[in-house]
Amino acid sequence: MDAFNAYLIGVGGQGIGMLSEIMIRAADYAGHNVKAVDTHGLAQRGGTVVSHLRLGDRVHAPVIPDGEAHLVVALERNEALRGLDTAARDGGDLVFYDTVWQPLGVRLGREAPVHEEQLAKQCRNRSIRCHRVYDPNLDDQRMQNIVVLAEIGCLGLIPDVSHAHFRSAMEDLLAGSLLEKNMALYNAKCRRHPQ
Amino acid sequence: MKLMGDMLLRKEPFEEIVIGNTALVRAMVESGTRVVTSYPGSPTPEIATAIQSIPKGDRPFYFEFSTNEKVATEVAYGAAVNGHLSTVFFKSVGLNVAADTFVQLSLMNIIGGMVVVLGDDPGANSSQNEQDNRHLARLSYTPVLEPANPGEVYLFYKEAAALSSLHHMPVILRLTTHVCHAKEKVAFEGLPDIRFDDTPGFDVRNGPYIPLTTEVFAKKRRALQNLAAAEAYAEDTFINTVVDNGNDRQGIITMGLPFLSLMDVLEGAETKPDILKLGVVHPIPRSLVKDFLARHREVKVLEELDDILEKEVKSIAYDEGLTTRIVGKTGPEDWVGEYTADKVYTVISGSWPDLLPPRKRNAKQSPATPARPAQLCPGCGHRSAFYAIKKALVETDITVADIGCHTLGYLPPYEMGQLLMCMGASPGMGSGLSLFNDSRKVVAFMGDSTFFHAGLPGIVNAVFNRHAITLILMENGTTAMTGHQDHPATGHNFNDVTDKVPVRSVLEGLGVEHIYEVDTYQQKKLQVLVEKAVQDGGFSVVIARHPCMLKFTREQRRKKGYRPRQVSIDQAVCDRNHACVAEFGCPTFTRNADGSVEINTDLCIGDGSCIQTCPTSAIRPVAAKIDK
Repeated sequence: MDAFNAYLIGVGGQGIGMLSEIMIRAADYAGHNVKAVDTHGLAQRGGTVVSHLRLGDRVHAPVIPDGEAHLVVALERNEALRGLDTAARDGGDLVFYDTVWQPLGVRLGREAPVHEEQLAKQCRNRSIRCHRVYDPNLDDQRMQNIVVLAEIGCLGLIPDVSHAHFRSAMEDLLAGSLLEKNMALYNAKCRRHPQ
Repeated sequence: MKLMGDMLLRKEPFEEIVIGNTALVRAMVESGTRVVTSYPGSPTPEIATAIQSIPKGDRPFYFEFSTNEKVATEVAYGAAVNGHLSTVFFKSVGLNVAADTFVQLSLMNIIGGMVVVLGDDPGANSSQNEQDNRHLARLSYTPVLEPANPGEVYLFYKEAAALSSLHHMPVILRLTTHVCHAKEKVAFEGLPDIRFDDTPGFDVRNGPYIPLTTEVFAKKRRALQNLAAAEAYAEDTFINTVVDNGNDRQGIITMGLPFLSLMDVLEGAETKPDILKLGVVHPIPRSLVKDFLARHREVKVLEELDDILEKEVKSIAYDEGLTTRIVGKTGPEDWVGEYTADKVYTVISGSWPDLLPPRKRNAKQSPATPARPAQLCPGCGHRSAFYAIKKALVETDITVADIGCHTLGYLPPYEMGQLLMCMGASPGMGSGLSLFNDSRKVVAFMGDSTFFHAGLPGIVNAVFNRHAITLILMENGTTAMTGHQDHPATGHNFNDVTDKVPVRSVLEGLGVEHIYEVDTYQQKKLQVLVEKAVQDGGFSVVIARHPCMLKFTREQRRKKGYRPRQVSIDQAVCDRNHACVAEFGCPTFTRNADGSVEINTDLCIGDGSCIQTCPTSAIRPVAAKIDK
């Protein structure tokens, strides 16, 4: 494969780092050359955090050029719109977890909130397939990233990366009850789409 | 689960996906590095995270977080002149703090070898500027190796350590943010069998180590000889590479991450220029550059930040009488920002408009996505502090910030901290602002780690010269912004339990007369104390204390029987005055379109610091949930 770019975006504290780490390892298990880079530092304190993931034999730098992401993964609705605007490539895919962590300007009444319809409209205009994910019964917010991961796995949005690759990656990164909980959630979400 | 600590000590060769900072630690282990020091600062703290993943008893080297970068450099130097291969690492602007010691290193016979790892920050991702530290390398006659990716971080550190040990001189390994944090699979070699000789090897006969006038010239000559030796190494090392695209017309000389960005943009080009990628970026290998220039009619110097390489290349061409057309920076924008693929596309197209194909444009909508600046966390004690202190001051008063999480107080709704410079600068700047100024109170802020790092001289100066300012010491018990490293007041160092150096005792020892202490959640008391402190007429300090709640909550969550807590809003009582969202401003509060306010249950930690801010008492604590 020449190049496949996945751009992950969310808010500091949502678990972008773990999601990105699982995805890069899964892609490696699938036999891809992988490169990635995450936001670190102060920006993680409630600000926008991003992770770039690049696969393929013709990628060099870890940062995805503007508007070249085949897949945008957002863990929050405002960030989904930001991801579409800055990173998404026309004709690609957007997977977003439809929770809202209200940005400062909206909270202060100075900026307008983002509505789901704005996302859908932009996706339509740009032939981007829009996949909304939300689980009202999830009792631990920190596992939203796994719900999103399962959606990516079920839809086969990363070339050649299967459920088994995601599971191996999770086993590399997690242990004990944390692994059990996350794996159980992943498997439960994937039941409808066994690969 | 794969454990990082196991990987870093693995005996046999292996491959693993790592970030640059982790690859560096494996290189330290393989090189026999014995002493490592640092002060935390992005993009380097994950180096310490990797070190920490090795259990203390198995760690083949000593590591400490020192109180600042200058001290860290001194500790590493002291160890190195005692015969140990040492390394100090810190962020870009940390070199300014370390400079007084750092510039002397090349004059000294560093018998053990010493590598200075710099985390430069093109793009100012998490720094107050994007200074190009190659300038300080030139100033101090120190060689610089610059890797482009984690694999090169690993290889280049080992080269730097070997070069430093061979010539007993300091060598810089210059990393940049997206090299430190880039992630890829790296092939590591097996672990050599290293036997450490820990006999203290310091001997004045290896010196002299006293740079008095009579000795300085000889020492400078030695530094210059070492630099010449480094250039000889650079002429012949595998870490400088040529990408031969069979193009005798166009060539590009570049280095570091910009090389990878260049490779990305050239993927779309029909004709590709040849590329000379330098791994040794100071001193520049003259013959290598001369030969590359001579083989091409036009050479573009593709260089992030300043034009140091460009000037060198031009001077080599002049000296060698070459007629190659050399294209460097074309305007101020070429000096600004990180050389991502997008930037490199613009820079290259600016010089060679026909080389690269036009970029595909998406049907962008440019919607107005609300900005999301970094925020103080839910429950952050600084929020309660700013909320209360804002009430204690009048609008014309001047507030001076320092480096740390509390810098975020400049954002609305607090707008506390109107000036910021660098570590420990707030009492000094505040003192200057207080001169010829009887009408506007001056209040400076400072975090507790900064207090020990560079805060003390400005505080002593305020006492010594009787400046009339109030310092609010924002004590959260950790170095929060960089990932919760310990500092002298915490009772722990990197390795062990240690004696606390309480900030209050230090302040008393320095002769500060007016010292007040309060937990920031006692907002009314804090407000009253600040109102009093600014009237004291001299130098006063308010210790505004509350533990970092991000760290505290993480620790609580790990404990058995932990029960999450949250607040709730009694909608029957809430009169939508919005004090919680518009004045207190915890990100937990969500303002709905109809004006009602909700709690974001993903975010609330139930600290309850907001309860006292609601004029109608509509915010209610919720009892802890029962464990499932």
